Amino acid sequence: MARKVNLRIWRGDATDGGLQDVQVEANDGEVVLDVIHRVQATQMGDLAVRWNCKAGKCGSCSMEINGKPRLACMTQVAAYGDETITVTPLRAFPVIKDLVTDVSFNYKKAMEIPAFEPPKELKPGEARMQQIDVERSQEFRKCIECFLCQDVCHVVRDHEENKKSFAGPRFFIRIAELDMHPLDTLKNRKSTAQEEHGLGMCNITKCCTEVCPEHIKITDNAIIPMKERVADIKYDPVRWLGSKIRKREGIV
Amino acid sequence: MTTDKSALERHKYDVLVIGAGGAGLRAAVEARELGLRVAIICKSLFGKAHTVMAEGGAAASMGNANSNDNWQVHFRDTMRGGKFLNHFRMAELHAKESPDRIWELEMWGALFDRTKEGKISQRNFGGHEYPRLAHVGDRTGLELIRTMQQKIVALQQADKREHGEYESHIKVFSELTITEILKEDGKIAGAYGYWRESGEEVLFEAPAVIIATGGVGKTFKITSNSWEGTGDGHALALKAGANLVDMEFLQFHPTGMVWPPSVRGILVTESVRGEGGILTNSNGERFMFKYIPDVFKDKYADNEAEADRWYEDQDNNRRPPELLPRDEVARAINSEVKAGRGSEHGGVFLDVSKRLSAEIIKKRLPSMWHQFYELAGVDITKEPMEVGPTCHYVMGGVEVEPDTAAAVGVPGLYAAGEVAGGMHGSNRLGGNSLSDLLVFGRRAGMGAAAYVKQTTAAPVADATIAAAAARIEAPFARSGGENSYSLHAELQEVTHNLVGIIRTGDELKDAITKIAEIRKRSANVAVSGGRKFNPGFHLAFDLDNMLLVAESTAKSAIGREESRGGHTRDDFPGMDMGWRQHNHISSFDGTQVTVRKQALPFMPKELFSLFDVEELKKYMTPDEVAKGGSN
Repeated sequence: MARKVNLRIWRGDATDGGLQDVQVEANDGEVVLDVIHRVQATQMGDLAVRWNCKAGKCGSCSMEINGKPRLACMTQVAAYGDETITVTPLRAFPVIKDLVTDVSFNYKKAMEIPAFEPPKELKPGEARMQQIDVERSQEFRKCIECFLCQDVCHVVRDHEENKKSFAGPRFFIRIAELDMHPLDTLKNRKSTAQEEHGLGMCNITKCCTEVCPEHIKITDNAIIPMKERVADIKYDPVRWLGSKIRKREGIV
Repeated sequence: MTTDKSALERHKYDVLVIGAGGAGLRAAVEARELGLRVAIICKSLFGKAHTVMAEGGAAASMGNANSNDNWQVHFRDTMRGGKFLNHFRMAELHAKESPDRIWELEMWGALFDRTKEGKISQRNFGGHEYPRLAHVGDRTGLELIRTMQQKIVALQQADKREHGEYESHIKVFSELTITEILKEDGKIAGAYGYWRESGEEVLFEAPAVIIATGGVGKTFKITSNSWEGTGDGHALALKAGANLVDMEFLQFHPTGMVWPPSVRGILVTESVRGEGGILTNSNGERFMFKYIPDVFKDKYADNEAEADRWYEDQDNNRRPPELLPRDEVARAINSEVKAGRGSEHGGVFLDVSKRLSAEIIKKRLPSMWHQFYELAGVDITKEPMEVGPTCHYVMGGVEVEPDTAAAVGVPGLYAAGEVAGGMHGSNRLGGNSLSDLLVFGRRAGMGAAAYVKQTTAAPVADATIAAAAARIEAPFARSGGENSYSLHAELQEVTHNLVGIIRTGDELKDAITKIAEIRKRSANVAVSGGRKFNPGFHLAFDLDNMLLVAESTAKSAIGREESRGGHTRDDFPGMDMGWRQHNHISSFDGTQVTVRKQALPFMPKELFSLFDVEELKKYMTPDEVAKGGSN
């Protein structure tokens, strides 16, 4: 059954913008992306919004709905009752137009994470891994790169200046994934996470875990274990000395 | 925008890959590793392509789950699934090379689910004789995309070490639409398009273009495809002088969501059936036993007891009919619903809760659980899902040379993945698309590399640029014209009602007239707002592509007077041995699509002899069977 909902949409670009009120029809079971599309097709033909799969699998339609970072395709209109639904672009990234932001920050950070390095002697088809050993990294590989965790993280959310030295939760789980990968041979991932990617700036408020649509335990399973191991090496005097004397690059 | 093109953004590359799904990325990796400078163009952000939605797995006869499996069995299954309309050489290459392509991904960091011995686990799927699909839960496509995305980053890191810049030899152009493939002197010279963010135009000059744009699902009303599936590559290729082969064959995946309306069409993976899910109608009847076609009678169980035993003992029992090829299951569901035995919302029931524990369902089918719980309020560990057919995949596509993926008739043009035709015949088996895009993505990269090394591109002429630019400008110059959103909706109604899962000659005739009318009106589409990230403007170009694809599909469908795979004619319900010998070739003369018959290459003796002659007699004429192969 169709009913009318009140939608407040941020419209504008890098120079200027503001909230606009519209009324739009919503049918049973519809999600916020459905009503945005209806506005686009009937009232605002040039309303900019990113989306792809509309099934929570691609992570394109990230936006802030009543102030909370969410996927518009997985957010039921009915959940808001008679409340006005306010949709705004992700706050941690520069606006391009309307609900579309410039997320290139994330792709730059992705380039800076050293790639997977398999054992040199391993031939294709010869790898043997136990399910239990691949599952730890598989959890992080569920990431759909919606960048909601990057958006909510207070280290960069209102601190543009921190972006240079902080890769963000998405890339901490990428580093953790490689670090826990049964076949990866690069040894110094945890220390570079700390020294080059800003792991130390995270103070474990778990906001990233809370917004993750894939329910990845970003803080508990990736960030905290890495921080603990880094602390181990950094503050254990014997291992610290050993790492200096033998010029060891890695922390095993 | 001004007509002065002196300020136009220009790029020169060795090869241009249009599309950043599985096939495009695999092609780009190959071309780069063979020494080429590569541009990858995607309509959306990097890593969002429709491949991420592939759930079940990638078919490859590694023999990890059943050591009887090998490429010959996979080849047979693929040909059978395609009802012998496949290009034999493509099916052969695909079956032979898939295992290597999967193992290679593991060397790039992919983490597939494992067997007890620590090998890559393989799961059952419709039409595959043995468990064959390498998988990661039900998010295998995401794993493929992410792995190749990260492989490209690895190549960029190597380029930075060697050349000082990440993007010196391979660059991703995100959110860019190509509107035209450019030719000079009869061969590829580049491509023209615009940045979606800014609306600014871009010229790419390159001697080779690889089209890897995926499918056409958005031509239809109910589809599992994302917004990008607008047949861009099909249309670009047609306009560049290439042919499309067999565009009448569309796969309606039997199980899409049917409720709530906003998610209608979203895919419910075949893995649900592979893991033991059963289909029932509103009477509670497990109806698939009634729909086993004669050609498959010896391979599928005709009673529940045997079908259930198969999950434990595959050597002594026949497969459950829920695992028939997709075209068979989709037609069966369609018939049940039409006969009044459908569910409340016009589907049937798919239930996995009775066979598997809640814990196993959440582990093996996590995204299905999530999808139904969040979007439909259904807990699939406790209740059945409501499902029905959804437009999922186009078997038809660019006519290519199997070994090189070169588009027939256009030097420098290549096509791989869903946009290429021939590989799957009249119906694709589940799991064969992920392996297809790896096998032929790589081959397209190799083909383009070999071509580029022996050719030089002619520079793109100013007149060519001006014509391409004028086309982009046109919708802004009109006012009060047609709305692209409404025309798109009208087209989807026509295809859904008249070119859908069951077709008739009269309806197709009607469809052709209606598509032509919409196309005429689309020449008058007007766009409101500016050039900057303007979806109405973007849709105007997508619409143009979809109209051309729909015309090709409707005209191919009206010609083929038989039913086979993803083409069912109510007025010609049987499979015709004569038609098996022919492909339908679409070409474009600048105003309309024309369709002609062309002989399908016949397989050589060494492939022919892989089959039981009795089976071939069901598909081939006595003459063909007697001949025993082309050599």
